[in-house]
Amino acid sequence: MDILRFITAGNVDDGKSTLIGRLLYDTDQIYLDQIEAIETSGRVNEDGNIDLSLLTDGLKAEREQGITIDVAYKYFNTPKRKFIIADAPGHIQYTRNMVTGASNSNLSIILVDARNGVQEQTRRHSIISSLLGIPHLVICINKMDLVGYSEEVFNQIVEDYKQFSKKLHSKDITFIPVSALKGDNIVTRSTEMDWYNGPSLLEHLEQVPVSSDFNLTCPRFPVQYVIRPHTHEHHDYRGYAGKVISGVYTKGDKIIVLPSGQTSTIKSVELGGKELEQAFAPMSVVLQLNDDVDISRGDVIVRQEDNLDVSKEFEALVCWMNAKALRPGAKLLLRHNSTETRAIVREIQYKVDVNTLDNIEDVDQVQLNDICRVQIRTATPLLLDKYENNRANGGFILIDETSYATVGAGMVASIVHESELNYMI
Amino acid sequence: MNKYYLDYLEQLEAEAIHIMREVAGQFQKPALLFSGGKDSITLVRLAEKAFRPGKFPFPLVHIDTGHNFPEAIRYRDELAERLGEKLIVRHVEDTIKKQNLSEPTGRYASRNGLQTYTLLETIEEFGFDACIGGARRDEEKARAKERIFSVRDEFGQWDPKRQRPELWNIYNGRITLGENVRAFPISNWTELDVWNYIKRENIALPNIYFTHERECLVRDGKLMANSDFIYRDPEEEVVTRTVRFRTVGDMTCTAAVESIAYDIDSVIAEILDSKISERGATRIDDKLSETAMEDRKKGGYF
Repeated sequence: MDILRFITAGNVDDGKSTLIGRLLYDTDQIYLDQIEAIETSGRVNEDGNIDLSLLTDGLKAEREQGITIDVAYKYFNTPKRKFIIADAPGHIQYTRNMVTGASNSNLSIILVDARNGVQEQTRRHSIISSLLGIPHLVICINKMDLVGYSEEVFNQIVEDYKQFSKKLHSKDITFIPVSALKGDNIVTRSTEMDWYNGPSLLEHLEQVPVSSDFNLTCPRFPVQYVIRPHTHEHHDYRGYAGKVISGVYTKGDKIIVLPSGQTSTIKSVELGGKELEQAFAPMSVVLQLNDDVDISRGDVIVRQEDNLDVSKEFEALVCWMNAKALRPGAKLLLRHNSTETRAIVREIQYKVDVNTLDNIEDVDQVQLNDICRVQIRTATPLLLDKYENNRANGGFILIDETSYATVGAGMVASIVHESELNYMI
Repeated sequence: MNKYYLDYLEQLEAEAIHIMREVAGQFQKPALLFSGGKDSITLVRLAEKAFRPGKFPFPLVHIDTGHNFPEAIRYRDELAERLGEKLIVRHVEDTIKKQNLSEPTGRYASRNGLQTYTLLETIEEFGFDACIGGARRDEEKARAKERIFSVRDEFGQWDPKRQRPELWNIYNGRITLGENVRAFPISNWTELDVWNYIKRENIALPNIYFTHERECLVRDGKLMANSDFIYRDPEEEVVTRTVRFRTVGDMTCTAAVESIAYDIDSVIAEILDSKISERGATRIDDKLSETAMEDRKKGGYF
């Protein structure tokens, strides 16, 4: 049994809350007291059934203001998998929330109302999923009951979507005709659509391969914490605690510490004081080295043979998440894994239209919920990967220097390595 | 099977260890809030995995309402002793005297709400800048929107509108003077995940989690443990039932469930069968209003 993390995008009108409610209800994840709470609050449908969308109802603070405050997390499991849902509101002003929910997801469920077909919102949610590197998309064509379960309607929407999706990075795209309200093709296969031979949504979620989503080819080990017991038994013990964010580490590997450039070999791989043969993503472990090297939080342990280089200059796509606009020359804190450094946004190159994926040039400032491509320079060198090559090492956040709010999410797009800079000089 | 395969519990464990180490790496003076319940017992095991053979980079802190199950208190003391880790206990009783607080009275009287005062006082006394807690997002809808690093102001208040977006596995623990962070390493775990982990790790629990005979009061269909701390109407009948506790909190606000589950396997089977949620089955404090948890969190509760 493994874990699938997915995001649901769409708004109330598409039936997103009903879809999630249906998934939870039909997999027996809803408890009687939760149903009772809805019933006692007097919110039932006209036909007397409980409104499944209310199972995902929000906070008092949200109801009072008629808004949805960012991402809610929900959980369910079947004998095959544990599922973590990031439920993000879908309106245009909530790009920031969708980016947040998408950052940790392997799969994105995008809802299309069968009566309306592919809309601007469908494209926006697909583009954001693609930019955030989500490998699997599921296009749920919902409310099939309202179009007479028509195969023609379904095929036309699939056709339209495929025309548009050619420009997306996500290549694994699955189309499922559903009715969240009636339960068609959500958990069990529909009896109303003989022409559809594919899996139900849940069947698909249970079988989509996710273990290959972890990058096992680029070993990256950012050190979070140094363990030094100073006890009699472990007098000289020095363990580097961290998470293998990508790749595999084995005892005996020749390693180099970046940015310092010190080299050594792995003496042992441990977890909870027990030795392991090797560690791979996404394990949290302790590495001991054979040489006494000076390593602290923020350093990264990588393989010598990979000849990696750090950099202080790179370009990135940034989703801006703050009401105060971003302008060229802005100084911010940048956190990348366990490193934090000061950074300057040198140039704003263009803004991405999240409805069309077109570039908008001549941008002098970036507003809340905008996604733009920028040039960044940092005070200390970082070991970066392009986001599209290694999601685990290509993302970073930007922090306001005075309020410490998280104001931006960045994805590395191109890197100027220190060695290349030296050549240029 | 792929040789680089982690099952769901190993993935959850790896994530929780990573979060604990981020707390240790980012903060000057963290603490682990320990209640003696299964979730904080799980946190302690995760801390062992994260920091052994070193010491924990934080003390265990227990906010004792004075109305706790003696079994949980005994377990707490033995655990701290066995691990050789520092345990700090602060008492709600002392805060009531010092701050001249009113003790709740009546049928639903509980010191659960007063814990917040003692917690904030303790945070101030030791200058804690981060408190690790065992809250899970599956427990309650206010918790479903909680961050893994939750920034609180000097009154400990949770402001759902001011939450920082949390992306990838990057946690922003930067705070200004007076603010502190609550960190929740098992946010993504469910009740069942916790039990399956306890089983896999073979963790001993206080025996009140398993079936036993107990004197109870029957209230609103719930079984409350009879004790000196609970308000009892003169006409209220004391009955003996075969019960266990699904959550372990204060005796005045935690209900028992009828159960014959005597070991971890039978508890897991029982949870799989249950039609009532964990908090729904056991918490009196949540039943007081639909937004009880949201309101408490805004007031500084964890």
